[in-house]
Amino acid sequence: MSIINEMRLDFPALAENEAFARMVVSGFLLPLNPTLEQLADVKTAVSEAVTNAIIHGYGSGKGTVRLHARYTDDGVVTIDVIDRGRGIADIAHARQPFFTTSEGEERSGMGFTVMESFMDAVDVRSAVGEGTTVRLTKRIDARAEPLARRA
Amino acid sequence: MLSYVRKKNTLTVRLTGELDHSVAASIRAELDELILDPRVRRLVFDLDGLEFMDSSGIGLIIGRYKLMARRGGTVAVAAPGRRVDRIFEMAGLYQLVERLA
Repeated sequence: MSIINEMRLDFPALAENEAFARMVVSGFLLPLNPTLEQLADVKTAVSEAVTNAIIHGYGSGKGTVRLHARYTDDGVVTIDVIDRGRGIADIAHARQPFFTTSEGEERSGMGFTVMESFMDAVDVRSAVGEGTTVRLTKRIDARAEPLARRA
Repeated sequence: MLSYVRKKNTLTVRLTGELDHSVAASIRAELDELILDPRVRRLVFDLDGLEFMDSSGIGLIIGRYKLMARRGGTVAVAAPGRRVDRIFEMAGLYQLVERLA
C-alpha cells in the first residue's frame, strides 16, 4: 500500500491541546470523505490517546506529544500518538476496563476500551522511562470514488 | 458550557459543547457547588446539546453519582447522543444512573 498523505504535529502536553489534536486529525482526514460517524469515532479515540499522554505519560507536567498520521490508498488511516514520558510497566493491565492510576482525578479507566471500540485496531508500545506510542488504525471506506481517481 | 435549572428537588444541568479532560475539572467544580444545596435530591444531566464527549464524561458523572448517592439522592442522564450512549453502555453507567429518553 502506498501512502497518499502524511502529517506530523508536535505540541506541548497541555490539556487545551486535546481539542486542537481532534480538530487537526479531523481536518487531515477530510479528503477521504469520511462519514460524520467515522470522523467522530477517530476524534474520540485521538482524544483518549492524547489525554493519556498528557495525564499519564507526562503526569500533567512538561513534555511534547507527537501526532503522526497517514493514510494509504486502500483507505486505511494510521495515527500514532507518541509521548516520551514515563511509560507503562504492564500494558495488558493498563488496557483493562476501569484500570486507572489517577483515582483522585475521577478518571474512569475506560480510555483504552473506548479507543478499541471506535477503531479497528489499537497497538501500544511502551517502555518504562522512555515513553509510549499508541497506534490507532481504522479503515475509512470511501463513500465516493477512490481518491486516486479524483481530479 | 453549563447551564442549569432547579425545580423543587431536581437540578437539571445542561451541558453543551465539548466535554473532555481539559474542561472536566471546571465543570466538576461548578457542579459540586450547585449540588451543595441540600434541596437537590435528583441531578439530571441534559446532554442534548453535547457535541463531543470522551471517557472524561464517565468519571464526571460517576463522581457526581457517588456524591448524590451518599445522601440518598439519584442521578439521571437525558438525551445522550448515539456515541455518548455507547460510551456509557461500555462503562456500565446505566447500572448506577437512570437513562431518560
